[in-house]
Amino acid sequence: MVAHLMRLKLALLRNSFRRSPWQLVGVCIGGLYGLGMVVFAVTGTALLADADAALANTILVCAASLVTLGWAIVPLVAFGVDLTLDPARFTTFTISRPRLATGLLLSGFIGVPGLLTLLLLGGQFLAWRRDPPALLAALAGGVAGALMCLALARLTTTSMARLTGSRRFRDVAGIIAIIPLILLGPIIGTAAEGIESVLDWLPRLATVLGFTPLGVFAALPGDLAAGAWGLGAARLVLGLAYLGAVLWAWERGLHKSMENPLAPHTGSKPVGMGAFGIFPATPRGAVAARALTYWLKDPRYAASIVVVPLMPVLIWFTSTNSGNPQLMLVLGPLLGILMAFAISADVSYDSTAFSLHVLTGVRGVDDRAGRVLACAVFALPVTLLAAILPPVFLGRTDLLPAILGISLCGLLSGFGVASVASARFTYAVPLPGESPFKTPPGAGARMAVVQLATFAIMSVLLLPALGLLVAQVLTHHAIFGWLALAVGVVEGAVLLVAGIRLGGRWLDARAPELMQAVAANR
Amino acid sequence: MSNSTAEPGTPALSIRSLGKRFGDKVAVNGISLDVPAGSFFGLVGPNGAGKTTTLSMATGLLRPDAGQAWLAGIDVWAEPLRAKAAMGVLADGVRLFDRLSGRQLVTYSGLLRGMDRDTVAERTEDLLRVLDLEDAGAKLVVDYSAGMTKKIALATALIHSPRVLVLDEPFEAVDPVSAANIREILADYVAHGGTVIVSSHVMDLVQRMCSHVAVIAEGNLLAAGTVDAVRGGVSLEERFVQLVGGRGNSEGLSWLHT
Repeated sequence: MVAHLMRLKLALLRNSFRRSPWQLVGVCIGGLYGLGMVVFAVTGTALLADADAALANTILVCAASLVTLGWAIVPLVAFGVDLTLDPARFTTFTISRPRLATGLLLSGFIGVPGLLTLLLLGGQFLAWRRDPPALLAALAGGVAGALMCLALARLTTTSMARLTGSRRFRDVAGIIAIIPLILLGPIIGTAAEGIESVLDWLPRLATVLGFTPLGVFAALPGDLAAGAWGLGAARLVLGLAYLGAVLWAWERGLHKSMENPLAPHTGSKPVGMGAFGIFPATPRGAVAARALTYWLKDPRYAASIVVVPLMPVLIWFTSTNSGNPQLMLVLGPLLGILMAFAISADVSYDSTAFSLHVLTGVRGVDDRAGRVLACAVFALPVTLLAAILPPVFLGRTDLLPAILGISLCGLLSGFGVASVASARFTYAVPLPGESPFKTPPGAGARMAVVQLATFAIMSVLLLPALGLLVAQVLTHHAIFGWLALAVGVVEGAVLLVAGIRLGGRWLDARAPELMQAVAANR
Repeated sequence: MSNSTAEPGTPALSIRSLGKRFGDKVAVNGISLDVPAGSFFGLVGPNGAGKTTTLSMATGLLRPDAGQAWLAGIDVWAEPLRAKAAMGVLADGVRLFDRLSGRQLVTYSGLLRGMDRDTVAERTEDLLRVLDLEDAGAKLVVDYSAGMTKKIALATALIHSPRVLVLDEPFEAVDPVSAANIREILADYVAHGGTVIVSSHVMDLVQRMCSHVAVIAEGNLLAAGTVDAVRGGVSLEERFVQLVGGRGNSEGLSWLHT
């Protein structure tokens, strides 16, 4: 059956050439171009045999990881996956699932990209030609790595096939698209730093990648060359486990898609009461449950904090580039403030759905507190982690209390300020259902002014705790750090309560005006 | 919240000289109107007549430039929370929290009003059942059709068993079967002492359904009273066209005569 499927793929390929000669020309040009690249790359690989084994290992692992990552991602972004053998077409046939899966996977090698990948990854052995055990490991690892590429591509496209066409997919894809754009700056910056700093962190990167599905097989020969047989054996087991897991997941997805063939997607899958069953049945709890549901389901909210998981990466880049790892200490306060301000556009995001709050006469203080509560559910743990981990890893636990105090002060007082600000000001934001990255006309100036003002207020509010941190650094007395913690938490708590109260009062007084403002943003 | 604490004879809704201006345009030009308690009151008028603006000002959604509104004797703009507790509103042209499921949205509306969880759960199921949304209850509102969206919005206005219902265009895009169901629910509600105020521009519907009617055009109140008194022997539609004017241009499209 497996051979049958591969022959089918070959026949389909041949027939498509017959029907359209231009396709053949395209495949030939693409194939030749790809082949040239592969020959070039493999020649380079062969040269590595004379280089230091550790360097060769680093380069090969990074390169192979990049190729594997490409297989996992490119088909999704470019939607250019070869679905000559679309699993959906086998729905009506009775083929045992493992055989179908194997056949479909191996048929991936019949085709230009699959074949070239096999050649490229298999060509690694040239780098290890002076070391017979490593050479054999490189050959086996190359084939296994190529299989991993195909399996990953199948896994991602199969799981995505269920999402494509659904509203949820469009939501998520829009956000994913922005992440590389945000990271582009530091990446280019790092590249421009010159090859030296790249060489500094590449080995570390390779070490990490060697334990991920991306680079595990490529790292295998390096272990043997270094004589680390135990590590090599462990890595082989790990790699096979990864491959098995990917295949299993893909096969499951395949099975699901064949049992429930994709019908035109209308409507979402049923949802339960979700957060409404968790929060207390009070107006405040209801607002929190609704807001938390939106944090999870509305891409605009996710987009407003998409920068949060990227922030550690950005700061890490900056701190390694500037050679000052202490910079990582700002992560806690920064994330605290950022996440607190994520609720400052809450009413704007509600758009005219806010009318429900006006019509039900929910008290302003309940509205404010509920929104803060929902955001705090994830913002508080994240802030705590971002405040605690950097000092611990940098070996500066002496600064931990002060950093924790400043971070919590930033988060709590940020909630307070945002609660007041969003009761008074609305932004022009993307409407519900629109792309989260659409910039509505006329948004810029006002948003900039309001945000500048709030950040200015924040920096003033953080002064006491910051001052105590400076005092600790200058005098080396731990007491100032603990004072910073106490002052930060107390100040933050007081401002939080005050902000919710004041914001609530403003909301009670101005709900109709706020309603008008969001209606005007339509 | 459904008991009638107001003295008998107090109008369900009473507005005095209510006015609103948007820039140069006068949207509502000092309207005064009484809606008797226990009536099924229709508010009719051509597009852009000021129906939605008037109802928004009477329900606390839009602050009037001038005038006052009392709901069951409670000043809407002096005691908004008390007034809002007594009314259920279906606003027109506003979004819903549509990333919630229908069931979540109705529950949300009940909980926001401070009702307890069990009552909310029980009434939510009742509402979904009578509005024929039981199967759709677990689906996200964003995936609803226009008619279903209208029905779920109606459910959010009914959950707290208000004394007065203010419904802006409740039958728009609703299928005939559901519309009949809704009419039945509303008629039953009125029969048991509730007051319903609906805006519509379907005269036929208003004539059949309502006990009272008010005609608004260009921000002014043209007529108000019982349906029979307002229409004075002719159909409501004819009377409406007489009042509002604007007919007589049907000769204009001679090229349309094929």
